[in-house]
Order: sequence, then C-alpha cells, then structure tokens
Amino acid sequence: MSYGTTHERHHDDHDHKPTGLGRWLFSTNHKDIGTMYLVFALIMFFVGGAMAMVIRAELFQPGLQYVDPQFFNAMTTMHALVMIFGVIMPAGVGLANWMVPMMIGAPDMALPRMNNMSFWILPFAFIMLLSTFFMEGGAPAGGWTMYPPLITQLGDGFPFLIFTVHFLGVSSIMGAINIIATVFNMRAPGMGFMQLPLFVWTWIVTAFLLIASMPVLAGAVTMLLTDKYFGTSFFVAAGGGDPVMFQHIFWFFGHPEVYILILPAFGIVSQIIPTFSRKPLFGYESMVYATAAIAFLSFFVWAHHMFTVGMPLAGELFFMYATMSIAVPTGVKVFNWIATMWRGSMTFETPMLFALAFVILFSIGGFSGLMLGITPADFQYHDTYFVVAHFHYVLVTGAIFALMAGAYFWLPKWTGHMYDEKLGQLHFWLSTISVNVLFFPQHFVGLAGMPRRIPDYAVQFTEWNMISSIGGFAFGLSQLLFVWVVIKCIREGKAASEQVWEGARGLEWTLPSPPPFHTFTVPPKVDAATAHS
Amino acid sequence: MSNSQDTYFIPEPSRWPVLFSLALFLAFCGTAFMFNQYLATGAMPGFGSHLLLLGFVGVFVMFFVWFRDVIDESISGAYNNQVDISFRWGMAWFIFSEVMFFAAFFGALFYARVYSVPWLGGEGAGAATNEFLWPSFDNIWPLLVTPDMTVEGLSSKFTEIRDIIPAFGIPALNTVILLSSGATVTFAHWALKKNQRSGLCWWLFATVFLGFLFVGLQAAEYVHAYNDLGLTLNSGIYGSTFFMLTGFHGFHVTMGATMLTVILLRSIKGHFTKENHFAFEAVAWYWHFVDVVWLGLFIFVYWL
Repeated sequence: MSYGTTHERHHDDHDHKPTGLGRWLFSTNHKDIGTMYLVFALIMFFVGGAMAMVIRAELFQPGLQYVDPQFFNAMTTMHALVMIFGVIMPAGVGLANWMVPMMIGAPDMALPRMNNMSFWILPFAFIMLLSTFFMEGGAPAGGWTMYPPLITQLGDGFPFLIFTVHFLGVSSIMGAINIIATVFNMRAPGMGFMQLPLFVWTWIVTAFLLIASMPVLAGAVTMLLTDKYFGTSFFVAAGGGDPVMFQHIFWFFGHPEVYILILPAFGIVSQIIPTFSRKPLFGYESMVYATAAIAFLSFFVWAHHMFTVGMPLAGELFFMYATMSIAVPTGVKVFNWIATMWRGSMTFETPMLFALAFVILFSIGGFSGLMLGITPADFQYHDTYFVVAHFHYVLVTGAIFALMAGAYFWLPKWTGHMYDEKLGQLHFWLSTISVNVLFFPQHFVGLAGMPRRIPDYAVQFTEWNMISSIGGFAFGLSQLLFVWVVIKCIREGKAASEQVWEGARGLEWTLPSPPPFHTFTVPPKVDAATAHS
Repeated sequence: MSNSQDTYFIPEPSRWPVLFSLALFLAFCGTAFMFNQYLATGAMPGFGSHLLLLGFVGVFVMFFVWFRDVIDESISGAYNNQVDISFRWGMAWFIFSEVMFFAAFFGALFYARVYSVPWLGGEGAGAATNEFLWPSFDNIWPLLVTPDMTVEGLSSKFTEIRDIIPAFGIPALNTVILLSSGATVTFAHWALKKNQRSGLCWWLFATVFLGFLFVGLQAAEYVHAYNDLGLTLNSGIYGSTFFMLTGFHGFHVTMGATMLTVILLRSIKGHFTKENHFAFEAVAWYWHFVDVVWLGLFIFVYWL
C-alpha cells in the first residue's frame, strides 16, 4: 500500500485527483465526501417529496381515493424518516464537510477515512429502510416516533427499521466525532474559538448534541427489538414496564434531534445575512452563547412532546416553563439577525432571499411552537394538523430553506461557476409562495380539530385541504427547478471570482473557486482581515 | 494552539470504509432476516444466518486491515503530533457516546423503579390501573411477581423469579476483579513508560486474564439465573433491566478484553514506545470506562 504525508505530495502536484469510481468509493477528501452527502440528500429529498405528494393527493378530497389507510400511514412515517435522516441531516453534514475545513484553515477533516465511512453507511441504511416497502406487512406505518405497542406490530420490516436506526446512528456519531476532532485540533494558527465563523460554531454544538442523543435513540430502539423478539417487558405494563417509558427515552433523543436539524441552519443564515448586508454579524458572542444555551436547554424539554400522555402536574409545569425558556436564546438570534441588517447596504441575491424568508417563516414556526408549548393549549392542539403546520414551518421553511440558501451561497465556491440568478430567484419565489399555500392553511384545519396521520377527514376541512394540496404540488414541482439551476450552473455558469460575493469575509473566500483538491497543505495565517469579521 | 507542525497528514484513498459499511449492512440484514425467519418458522439456521456470518467475517477482516494500515502508518512515522491529538479526541468522544448508550438503559431502570412499578402498584395516578387491571399486584422491588402473573398465575407469559442474585456474592467478587484489572492495566502503562517490556507484557496479561475471568463468572451467573432462579429476560421488568444492563456491559467487557489481547500481542511483538503508544492508552481508557459502568451496575442493579 502507499501512503504519504502531504509534505511529499505538495512538492510534485498537490492538485492530483484519484480518478474513476474509486475517487468516490474510496475517498478521503472532505470536498468529494461533502459532494456525495449533498447529492445523496438531494436524491432523498425527491424520494421523501414523492411520498409527500402521495399524502397530499390522498388528502385533496375527503374519502379514500388512491391509497389504502395502511399505505397512507406508511407514507407519513417514511416521509418523516427519509426527510429527517436522509435529507436534512446528511445535507447539514455535507455542508459541514465542504465548509468547516476551509473555514478554519484545515487541510481536510481530522479523520478522513472515518469520514468516508460515515457517508457510505447512508446508502446502505436507506436500502434497508426502503426495502421494507416490498416486505410482508409493508413499510413502517406506526409513525416515525416508533411508539410501542403499535410499532412492534409491524411485519417483516420491523427488524430492518430498528437496524436502520442503529446504522444511521453509527454514521451520525462518527460524523460528529469527526467534526469535533477537526474543529478542536485542526484550526489554523491564530484561529481561536471566538474567531470561528458562526457556521462552525453551530456545527460544534450540533456535534455534541449528536453524540449525546443518538446513542439514547439506539438504546430505545434496542429495547423495542428485545421486547418483540426476546420477551423483555420494558414497554409492557403487564410485565412491570410502561409504553410511556419509550416516549420519555425517545424524546430525550428527539428534542435534541430537532436542534440537530435546525442549528446548522442557524449557522448558514448567520453567514449569509452579514455577507449581503455588508456588515459584520451583530452580537457575535451572544450568538455563540445563544447556540450553546439552546443546545443545553434542549435536554430538559423533551416531555412537551407528550403533555397529553399523562404526567404528574409538576412535570407538566416544569416542561412547559423549560420549553418557554428556549424562546429567549432563540429570540436573541432572531434579533441579532435583524440588527445585522439594520442600516446595512443590502442586496437581495437568491441566498439572501432564502435567508430572509428563513428568518420570517422560521419565526412563525417558532411562535406556533410557543403556542404548543403551553400545556393547557397543547391539550387542544396535540396530534392535530396545527402540529403538522408548526413543524413544517420550522423544518421546511426553516431547515430546508436555510440549506437552499447555503447551497446558492456556496455553489459558486464549489463549482467555480455562478448559478443563473434569474432562475434562482424564480425558484425562491415559487417555493416561498407555494410553501405558504401548502402549510399555512394547515394551522386553520388543525385548530378546527383535524387530526394528523389520517387518510380521510370530515367534509368541513375540504377547502383548506384542497388549497394545501395545490400548494404542495406546486412546491414539489418548484424543487425540480433547483436541480436544473444546479446542472446549468455546473455546465455553463459564468466563472466565479475568489470572493464570489462582494460582502463575503472569511478564509473560504480567499481560496480559488473551485478550491484546489487539497485545500491547505500548510497552515494559512489568520489575521483580522480573514477571520469571521 | 492548534498545531506546530508545518505539514499535514492526509491518508491516501482507502478501500476499507466503504467495504466496512457493506459488511455492517450484510450483518444487519442477516440478523433481521434471522429474526423474521425465527418468528415465522421457529427455526434459526438459513439464509439470514449465512448473511450474518458473511457480514461478521467482513467486519472482522475490515477491523484487521484498517488497523493494519494505521499501525503501518504509525510505525513508519507518517503521523505527527496533530494526528495523535485527533485520535485522542476521537476516542474520548466515542467513549462518551457509549456512556450515553448505557444512560438509556439506566434511565429505563430508574423509570421502572421510580415510576412504572409504583404506578402499577396503585401509587399516584395509577390507582385506577391497579384497581381494575391488577388489584393484587404489589409494588415491590426487586419485582419478582409481574402484574400479569397476579392474574394469570402459572399460565402467564412471564416466568416467576424465585430468587435474585445477591450483591455480595459473585457480583462483589467481580467488582474486585474488575477494579484490580483497572490497577493492573495502569501498572502495565507505568512499565511501558519506564520501557520495562516484560513488566508491560505481564501486567497486560494479568489484565486480560482478569477481564476474561470476569466474563466467565458473569456467564456462570447467567446459567445459574436461568436454570435455578427463574431469572430470565422473560421474567418482567426486573429480568429485562438486569439482563440488558449486565448483558451489554458484559459484551463491552468482552470487547475490551479482546482489544487488550490485541494490545498484549502487539506488545509481545515489540510495538509501542514509551513516547508513542496511543493504541495502548485508548484501550486503557475504554477499560476504565467499562469499570465505571460496572460500579453503576453493582450499586443500582445488584445492591440497592
């Protein structure tokens, strides 16, 4: 075998690339692995999106039209699993892979081979998960939260579901360890923690959340597995256990998980808004502390997902107040973004448009979250379409919009070509209008009492569901435009400069577009001009 | 503070990560097929077990070749101080993730003891559950008689526990064994740092011996529990938490002892210098981690 230090390599040709399929299968390069993550996430975005289209088609009218109820429930369950574990998380890790080493002045991720393994687990894991559609008993249909005893009644797909979760957990933990090792150990000389770009900060915090929460999920699903196959009674009251215990363990993972999904989005937006406001980020330190505070608090609010399941009153109150307190650091972030724009010399390219839409629409999701966090109010809203509207505002117009913003923001850096600004803005406006047509009416039907995860509904909900479905189809189709923008950008986009955006600051913008295959072979010098600004 | 070297180490492209993922995929699918086969026919051997075996062999081979590459690189001097620190961060946070895995099962144990069993016994909001479903169930820990047994008697799907394993028998002995092994691995480390090779090997040998002795005693205890005490995975929440916690711990001890064996063989072969021996330290960290988990088990599963 051959190996060597980059010391040997940069003497001959430091931009030499492995070729063919092996370049991707055996990669130890953070950019190639980042690209694979992003492409994988985009493919899964359309897989999960197709499931959403089935859901919206079925809900276009009351009554049963296209699918049977079991398959409908499989659609909602698999849509969630695919979008969470196959789209938002891998896309976030993909961006981290591409950007973190460049932002901190490192040559690559700290543990490049493990990095490749974290990625290659994903396709195998999703083959396992998606293959359940063709098994006796069908795909998981008990909801992505896998509550027992319902989920243990799943057919042959059950062990595949459990092992998929284990497998994805292994991938996430390895990815998180890699990010921590990279940021703690690979920063260029002079790059202190308080000089790190906010995207890097949000990813460190996310990595800690992953390491602390994914193993708990692994434990929870292991107990499901042994309850079904080995006769244990963790979640069986007749044996002294309690099905509610699963909900506690699951949501101890599940609530940090929602911050795993959204914190990298906060980081992306915190890079973009200063760039297009041509001002440094307002309140950098408070942004860092707010991120850490949100992450810390996220371990003490889990039971707000289960207010109606039965809990001592003290528990209901504790989890309500703890939940409310998360609004404080989140508010700090929103106000800092707004203050960054205050008297900025702003322009509105596509990344900025998506980032602005993020701030406004994510805040709507945040406010509906506050409503849901009030225990007595939640007794009304629980398991209605209001909840569906809430988490789609934070996850679609929140996480997905930020990921789109990040993709447009960094696409010229990755490819060396500018994307088509007109098409980008068309994609933005189509997405933003259709996504609100899609999800805003769901608040109304939810407050009026329409339950979630049901293929049929009472006739009084028909109009809003039709409107919602039309918005859904429009949003789904609009995303195809994004694929076209990316392909067009790679094939015929105008050459991009090093800095790409006039207001861009940071090490990654000092590199050529596209950056060399091995970014830094010797540590760059960091000074005030290249730090986060 | 980041690093003082003027060059970086980046490994060349490697075949092992993707093949490792494939091997894990085969092992997971094999196990899943086995479970399904077992539920359908009650018979274990077949396609699933072959797939599992293939995956398991693959995982083993991948560990071997991947670590072989790392060891070759390390011995050839390709690594600098920065790589060493990356490995340290990696191992430390891997161990933390393992701590959180055990935390889930400890959480289940505490939840059962503090909430679910008292509620089933009629405390708090459980009064109606107790009265209408299992009126003769008593909230006692250790839970020898499950709610189901109070109604179904001997036809219950749960086995009745006749007795539990007392803390101050084999478990106390195992505590002494594991704590001693923590000391012997430290003696081995001191010997390595003084470049006393035979001391290193003998203390490591003692650690491996104590580690497998622990596993052996634990296995004997399991046989006793299943054959004589009626304490099984099937005996309600006590058996569930008991076997899952001690079982996963025993699995980790086996892994740790296997890793120590590899370190012992490498030490005999002459690997490690008194400055450069992170593999030794990583395994020692892991060993102390299983030690600490055991103390938690001894106190909360066996003793209190």
